[in-house]
Amino acid sequence: MLGSRNFWLAMAALVVLYLLPFGVSGYVLGLLTVAYYYAVAAMAWDLLFGFAGEVNFGPSFLVGLGAYTATLLNVYAAAPILPCLLAAAAAAVAGGLVLAVPALRLRGPYFGLVTLVAVLLLQNIIVLFSGITGGEIGLALTDVLAIDDHTNYWYALGFMTVSGGLLFGLSRSSAGLILQASGQDAVQAAALGFNVAKHKLAAFCISALFSGLAGAMLVFYLGTASAGTVVDIGIGVQFIIAAVLGGRRTIIGAAIGSIFLIVAGEVLRPLGELSTFVVSSFALVVILFLPGGFLGLLAGRRG
Amino acid sequence: MGKLLEVAGLTKRFGGLLAVKELSFAVAGGEILGLIGPNGSGKSTVMKCILGIERPTAGSVRIAGTEVAGWPAHRIARRGVGIVFQHSQPLPRQTVLEHIEIALLPDSLLRLFADRHVAERARAIAARVGLERVMHRLPRTLPFADLRRLELAKAIARNPTVVLVDEPFAGLTAAEVADFSALIRSFRDDGHAVLLVDHNVKSVAALVDRVLAMYLGERIAEGTADEVMRDDTVRRVYLGGRIQTTAHDTRRNTERQPLLQVEGLSVSYGKAQALEDVSITVGAGEFVSVVGLNGAGKTTLFNAICGLVPATGAIRFDGQDLRASSAARIARGGLVQCPESRELFGDLSVRENLDLGGQHLTRQACARQLDWLFELFPILRARGDQSARTLSGGEQQMLAIARALMMQPRLLILDEPTLGLAPVILELLSKALDRLRRTTDITVLLGEQNITFALPHADRVYVLEHARIVWEGPPDRLAAEAGAGLL
Repeated sequence: MLGSRNFWLAMAALVVLYLLPFGVSGYVLGLLTVAYYYAVAAMAWDLLFGFAGEVNFGPSFLVGLGAYTATLLNVYAAAPILPCLLAAAAAAVAGGLVLAVPALRLRGPYFGLVTLVAVLLLQNIIVLFSGITGGEIGLALTDVLAIDDHTNYWYALGFMTVSGGLLFGLSRSSAGLILQASGQDAVQAAALGFNVAKHKLAAFCISALFSGLAGAMLVFYLGTASAGTVVDIGIGVQFIIAAVLGGRRTIIGAAIGSIFLIVAGEVLRPLGELSTFVVSSFALVVILFLPGGFLGLLAGRRG
Repeated sequence: MGKLLEVAGLTKRFGGLLAVKELSFAVAGGEILGLIGPNGSGKSTVMKCILGIERPTAGSVRIAGTEVAGWPAHRIARRGVGIVFQHSQPLPRQTVLEHIEIALLPDSLLRLFADRHVAERARAIAARVGLERVMHRLPRTLPFADLRRLELAKAIARNPTVVLVDEPFAGLTAAEVADFSALIRSFRDDGHAVLLVDHNVKSVAALVDRVLAMYLGERIAEGTADEVMRDDTVRRVYLGGRIQTTAHDTRRNTERQPLLQVEGLSVSYGKAQALEDVSITVGAGEFVSVVGLNGAGKTTLFNAICGLVPATGAIRFDGQDLRASSAARIARGGLVQCPESRELFGDLSVRENLDLGGQHLTRQACARQLDWLFELFPILRARGDQSARTLSGGEQQMLAIARALMMQPRLLILDEPTLGLAPVILELLSKALDRLRRTTDITVLLGEQNITFALPHADRVYVLEHARIVWEGPPDRLAAEAGAGLL
């Protein structure tokens, strides 16, 4: 399935992306930088939905946990960036575990509902303790990744490339195969001797790790953290739409979807308020008529 | 060889329902045991308890001497229990070979690449089950029999000590049955203990060393296939002890206007043909029974008539073509099905369930209908405020029938109302049906595998076997002409 042609295509696209700073304005680079961080969160989400078969309605819970862990450590403990990032990843995994261990016992739509409620809780806590967290207005970080557009862009792109490569490789590995089997037919997977709960939990942790890191990197780029930019349900919905738009069960599709969403939002900006409406309608049409997303369309053409 | 699978005192209770009662049996290495029983007899529950999908309420399950009762399914699987499912959900982008390779993987989170020998072994297994030619194809492009082979291949890959096979021959042609029999025998020849789970003796008779027959959660017979087929209790369960056709009133022989006409109906589920060129008619006021073993296609026939599954062929109800109508419109038009699965609203009370059935009636009509139904099923009046979930199996069935009757159907389809019910309850139901027949001019189409239950009320009987109608006639001739095929 994964022909070498696809691989070279992806490589060529990456080379173009890496050389982009020499051709486009800083404004565009700024947009793409955010898109790349979103892309990592969307790819991490696809690992859960596409492979483990679990719908996480609250990806921004994990992103937000990472973002705020990094922010608070940086602001109040004056921790440098690297330890902040590590702590953010650890916090997201820990938060993910607290959520997933009980939630994965539930059947049907309840797992998704638990994740949804988790976002609301986190958002509430941030607003409640706005004296410390900055609440909806936001809290400025002491450090930023870089001041220069180009460096920031390359950080984000590098982060996305590495994360995407790892997640993609994992999804194609033996462990990824077992995960996919568990998501598809849990009874059958258990009958083959696979501990379904263990594999799903591991997937959730990995998804949380990358989501938390993406959140932390994002706030170190933006320079401020606010509930509206990293925790809000609307942000989580963006990740979900991006992943479905790009193509479920592909990992790479989630990245393409994220970039598409942000670029499309920008191109349609002259429409004002209407632009969100147009993008959402487009996403709806794709989900209704092309459940395989962009990549599904490509694969269908060739197959 | 020693006993590889030992089940002792196995009991499984679901709420008020005792699905398996103190069942004990053992299978030795190199032996094939057939576990048979009609629908609702508890054999699937036994299978699930052995696999660990259900946790036994009491009793012991030993695999090669190790007690595994209550273990999670994946641990039991690793201890050496394998299952050949009827079908499972294949992965969308993995080939047949990759599906077999998955079954060969260890349960590890850290194993990113499979050992080299995995691919080799997967190829060998594919060759053994006859999937060589198609091993690089995606499962969804395969014919039905090959999908079954894939299930077999996955079970072989785990090299289980004990192999369970769920309905080994469902949906297969004669030639495929021969292939599969050979493969299942090869399990026995390799010294595995094999448990075949199926509905009737006939289908597995040629393959098994011994048969254990179950009914209502209990063992009713055990022995060679011949012995079990001759067993009185087994014959009574499958054919009815004394097939009685109660004296019918004058309704029987009058010329009737056809109410439902089905012609050349065919249905296939993906690759499996569930109905093939089936034609039946039901006259106005007639009581028609469709009998056949589980899997013969009864439910599919009813669902096709009610517009719930796509089908080819003609269906006319009262002269009107039904195939353009939606399921909801068909039901409102007076063709009401009381499905096998009952489909009650478990959290709603008995009264609320009934009121939902009577939604389209005026208040007076609704009250009248309710009074009549409470007369037919007095127990429902007493249970009025109880939520449907808490009723016993028999009471739930009565509620399901009553709810269907609330819609004032012109044709009532009853799909296997006896499923999982105790004999004493069957008698109550039977009496209610009898009253229904005598006091109203309702037309009934009954699907049953319990012939004792299906015959007394019937004006006419169809026998459905392997997706086809194989016999049609009056109930008193059934035992003589078509009985053997139903054992």
